[in-house]
Amino acid sequence: MNDVRIITGNEAAALAVKLAKPGVIAAYPITPQTSLAEKLSEYVEKGELKSEYVRVESEHSSLTVCISASTVGARVFTATSSNGLLYMHEQLHWAAGSRLPVVMCCVNRGVGAPWSIFNDQQDSFSQRDTGWIQIYCRDNQEILDTIIQAYRIAEEVYIPVMVCYDGFILSHTMMPVEIPDSGLIEEFLPPYRPHTILSPDDPKTINPVFFPTRRENSEGILCDGYMEMRYKLQAAFEKSGEVIRNASREWAEITGRDHGGLIWEYMTEDAELILTGMGSIATEATLAADALRDEGIRAGVVGIRAYRPFPKEEVAQAFKKATAIAVFEKCISYGYEGGVCSDLKAAFYGTDIKAPIHDYIAGLGGRDVKTGEIVDAARATLETVGSGDTGNKTIWLNCYKGI
Amino acid sequence: MHENIFKMNEKEYILPGNRSCQGCGLSLAYRYILKALRENTIVAIPPSCLCVLHGLYPTTSTIIPALNTTFASNAASAAGIVAGLNALNKTDITVLALSGDGGTYDIGIQSLSGAAERNTDFIFACYDNEGYMNTGTQRSGATPMGAITTTTPVLTKQEPKKDFLKIMEAHHIPYLATVSPAYPADLYDKFVKAKRIRGTRYIHIDTPCPPGWGYPTRDTIKIGRLAVETGLFILFEIENDRFRFTGRSKTMAERGKLLPLVNYIEKQGRFKKMSIEQLSSLQASVNSRWNECLKRAEG
Repeated sequence: MNDVRIITGNEAAALAVKLAKPGVIAAYPITPQTSLAEKLSEYVEKGELKSEYVRVESEHSSLTVCISASTVGARVFTATSSNGLLYMHEQLHWAAGSRLPVVMCCVNRGVGAPWSIFNDQQDSFSQRDTGWIQIYCRDNQEILDTIIQAYRIAEEVYIPVMVCYDGFILSHTMMPVEIPDSGLIEEFLPPYRPHTILSPDDPKTINPVFFPTRRENSEGILCDGYMEMRYKLQAAFEKSGEVIRNASREWAEITGRDHGGLIWEYMTEDAELILTGMGSIATEATLAADALRDEGIRAGVVGIRAYRPFPKEEVAQAFKKATAIAVFEKCISYGYEGGVCSDLKAAFYGTDIKAPIHDYIAGLGGRDVKTGEIVDAARATLETVGSGDTGNKTIWLNCYKGI
Repeated sequence: MHENIFKMNEKEYILPGNRSCQGCGLSLAYRYILKALRENTIVAIPPSCLCVLHGLYPTTSTIIPALNTTFASNAASAAGIVAGLNALNKTDITVLALSGDGGTYDIGIQSLSGAAERNTDFIFACYDNEGYMNTGTQRSGATPMGAITTTTPVLTKQEPKKDFLKIMEAHHIPYLATVSPAYPADLYDKFVKAKRIRGTRYIHIDTPCPPGWGYPTRDTIKIGRLAVETGLFILFEIENDRFRFTGRSKTMAERGKLLPLVNYIEKQGRFKKMSIEQLSSLQASVNSRWNECLKRAEG
């Protein structure tokens, strides 16, 4: 008998964490992450989850606690949103540089100033280059499944994983979610094996000052310099795509649920017009694709699930036949364009993909993105094909520009 | 009395030839701290003189497990070590966070206050050399009034030193103590005692610094003693909210009279621009604090 419950995204995340059994949880409250942190404390206080729960005084400390606990050999979890994630920035780099398999949820929310408690993805997008794997979820089931996969991925490649999902749109919205059996988790997720354990049994100074050059140790062996350590992180990222795909495939084999590896596709086989995005806006785009097909336009959707590592081979393949591309994204690199759009263009460089790409900046600070708006925007992109106006554009969707 | 000095651990955990400066008060203190805590200890280290002392990859001058972290996070890092060890049922390891005054008074105060409020089971020790010495003697919240630093080069520091011990005392932690490497027996005893206590233990180390304070490297012990004998730095411990003098401060309280503060001030280049007004103001605050301690010790 399958255990299916109607729950919020945050509860789905909490149940996933409970199944992954981290030894240490540290969290600091921030909207819209709070109900996740609360649920986990309830599990711990009721004895349903045996974890050390450290109720820290800041996000900087919550990630620090996870970093140290992971270094002594415990599986760890934390979660945050928005400015909380920004406050962790220094430690995001530290966790990745330490090659620790920390798993964290980022419940996506706009960042200040000015304040917004509502959803967009500027928070995790702005932490793109901290050396974390970022996976964006579409629905509550995917949140649960991805957190379990995240531990498997992180502990295989020793890169921290950020599981991102949209605040309120997913975190506070109830959907049916199937809860996997704990025996199944044990099969999928072996116990955490740290690459280095900080222990009196083998005293080491971890993360000391490195020189620019390689240096000999006391036994005359040439050891890495700072740059070699950085290279190893990049090399692990290059391997991580395969690990993410495998985790997704194996999870699909045992649960029947396949959320895609690095990307997912919806009706792209014959699509002339491809819509793309990350997280719930890409789900919305599938409804738009349906509506466009009703109009006779062959539309499809490519969802970017892993933003780092960026799925460059997958997208070059998936967009191969597109004649027009519409990107919908809830973040921007100020002074240029949305990050997904930039990365797609870079991935297409040197391929035969010459379709115009329109970048729609949408839904910032929780502004509703309606299916109809996506339909109209994508249709307009397609209409530029053959019109002579085939340049790439960045368009702010449903935003009053005060003309 | 010094119960432990006679059976002091002979093992060395800092190898000779580390990267600290000649006459470094920290390296003296650290040597005795590790002897007192022994090998079943993990040290949390922020970027600081201690980080430098531990050496540059791939060599280290220490044989103690140590974890470097960022400046603001040392107490949280130690708290994470404690939580991780608890999760793995390794409850016999002493966790020591050792930060400088910048990592304690200034950038580290938030994570330390949080960890102390949660009564995290660790020792937090502050080696207070009264400035950002590792980066070249900049002003910190622990720099005394009247001292020249590289960020108060002309006018000297205008504000008094933050009373950090009061802040830590307000957390009502199980153990709080002050030590000086000029009195190693007192230091050793307090760390041995702290090791046996559970919960947050805070130990403040007066840490003379020859390049930062401007005195000859041979005088570290002399300067450390003068700090205590003038009453500027008082050796004491507070256990379960009960105050008592220890070591040299105890004998000073019982029999002696404090030396004038000028004896301490005049030996250090950093005070060469100190005004008479600053000196009398500092002397007045030393007297008032000493009297306060005398009263507390009676009560």
